[in-house]
Amino acid sequence: MGAAEKLTVAPRALPEGQGVWAQTAREDAAARLSAMGMPVRRDEYWKYTNPLSLTEEVAPAAEVFSSDEAPIFDDIDTLSIVFVDGVFDADASDDLVLEGLEISRLADAAQADIHWAKDLYGVLENNGQNPVHRPLAAANTAFATDGVLIRATAKVSKPVQVTYLHKSDTSDAILHHVVRVDDGAEMTLIENGPAAARFNQVLEVDVADRAAFHHVRAQGRDHARRAVTHIFTRLGTESTFKSFTLTANGVLTRNECIMELTGDDAIAHVAGAAVGDGDFHHDDTVFITHDAENCESRQVFKKVLRNGATGVFQGKILVKEGAQKTDGYQISQALLLDGDSQFLAKPELEIYADDVACSHGSTSGAIDEDALFYLRSRGVPEAQAQNLLVLAFLGEALEEIDNDDLAAELLGRLEAWFERRSS
Amino acid sequence: MLEIKNLHVQLEDEDKQILKGVDLTVEAGKVHAIMGPNGSGKSTLSYVLSGKDGYEVTDGEAALDGVDLLDLDAEERAAAGLFLAFQYPVEIPGVGNMTFLRTAVNAQRKARGEEEMSAGDFLKLVRAKAKSLKIDADMLKRPVNVGFSGGEKKRNEILQMAMLEPKMCILDETDSGLDVDAMKLVAEGVNALRSEGRSFLVITHYQRLLDHIKPDVVHIMANGRIIKTGGPELALEVENNGYADLLAEVA
Repeated sequence: MGAAEKLTVAPRALPEGQGVWAQTAREDAAARLSAMGMPVRRDEYWKYTNPLSLTEEVAPAAEVFSSDEAPIFDDIDTLSIVFVDGVFDADASDDLVLEGLEISRLADAAQADIHWAKDLYGVLENNGQNPVHRPLAAANTAFATDGVLIRATAKVSKPVQVTYLHKSDTSDAILHHVVRVDDGAEMTLIENGPAAARFNQVLEVDVADRAAFHHVRAQGRDHARRAVTHIFTRLGTESTFKSFTLTANGVLTRNECIMELTGDDAIAHVAGAAVGDGDFHHDDTVFITHDAENCESRQVFKKVLRNGATGVFQGKILVKEGAQKTDGYQISQALLLDGDSQFLAKPELEIYADDVACSHGSTSGAIDEDALFYLRSRGVPEAQAQNLLVLAFLGEALEEIDNDDLAAELLGRLEAWFERRSS
Repeated sequence: MLEIKNLHVQLEDEDKQILKGVDLTVEAGKVHAIMGPNGSGKSTLSYVLSGKDGYEVTDGEAALDGVDLLDLDAEERAAAGLFLAFQYPVEIPGVGNMTFLRTAVNAQRKARGEEEMSAGDFLKLVRAKAKSLKIDADMLKRPVNVGFSGGEKKRNEILQMAMLEPKMCILDETDSGLDVDAMKLVAEGVNALRSEGRSFLVITHYQRLLDHIKPDVVHIMANGRIIKTGGPELALEVENNGYADLLAEVA
């Protein structure tokens, strides 16, 4: 199939007034995209998730969801950055100043002649295009209108939080963030909110030797929103990367995480909890490449599906020749609360080193009737007993979060989500 | 206290009659034991009384203090004062034992229109009761029954009973899988709960447990019916002669 035949949507115009580095990165990405073409349903990598609504020219409308709940992570002290339908909101954001951090907006930095992000913007994305193409990420690099470029030079005292508000039914946002955590530095990035009717996001994270990056994300509850997100990360020696995503609702979410462990003794964890019902469709696609010795990677994904919802997991661990003493773990589990819901899982291991320990497991099942009866026999009403079991199931994913305050916030949201449905 | 009349039960999925007319009355403050060979319907009786799915009552009735149990959901039966100590206590990963106990205690209180117990009061109470059952703080923190030994699981059942303070306690083969010391500990826990307003139905294969929990009345169950009722001496007879003679007697 020729690329010209496959590119099913007309590329946008590249942003204007770009500095040389940004212009070059964007043109290269546009060329990659042209060569790859947009994803289509018949692509093996999109077998379980139809990409059409992510690639068609006009984003399908998504009604804005309003709630009287306080915004999540409201009580946590952070450096707050706000985007509304993909547009930076200076009034709602804090000054982009924090000790140990250099922060700038992509929209500003891209106009400069030179910027440190030059070595990373679109570079990690490009590295992640092999062996599987990720055209929507290339499109993001080419056409992103804004984003945040963060460089951590020390242990940062509080998290950076990016909030994505959704106020227009027809918004179509493309944001691209780049994070560089320098040798020995440490930072936490929080993301939350639905972002837009359709959201294409790329997060490139370069974790240098002995650096640590923590990431906690809560994707907003809007029912009709669509999102495709990519995390591309590269880990240096003795570095740590930990990412957790909570997803509630959303008619289509595809979260890809592409991790490359390039330095010895690195630790990479990615985890997620997803809850949805009805036309909820949630796809976690992970690709981890071990290219150094004595590294640990861990994937823990849990989904609770109701009323015909669909969950997808595609997870691959690739252990390259020489990546001895690799410790790779992968688990994906779905709790199906009715017979109409489905979980589609494709776990993969590809190992070219001979001294590694890799394990993977995938399960889907109904609620444990014996446990349910046990709780009820002690006087716990059925709905409450079911919620207790569901939260226990998801709790194993939440345990992956190091920061207890953030984990407690997420657990509270999940409790409320299930309570609203059982009353 | 507990009144069972002509109870007929079959499995929902298959046309198999398990209980074929059970009559049993347990008076307030009394301990009744049910013994019987495998497959006689003892465990089914305990499940049907506590409200487990999968059984169909085709005839008869069961009431607790005049309240028709068979009409109630499992949680309503519990709130009405019925408690089943499981033969195989269920492991619940991810739910802490303490959370489980507190949720259960407060759910029952709420169902009865009582005020929920504060976290402080609850903690004090559970610590005191756990101590007498030699349940340490670690067992209270761990997920319900996960990684517990056989003895720990059974002691945990008795702890739940002590916290929930039911009127009618059914013990389904609580002695199974216990060594002598563990059985003594469990029996002491049960005996400490004996009172005028509380009755027990102790289901067991062996007379052994009844050395420690002394019954007022012993019933022999076979083939879905109570075939003989007597005093504690009946248990000794079974221990010495097995069930064969008794079965032959009624055949």
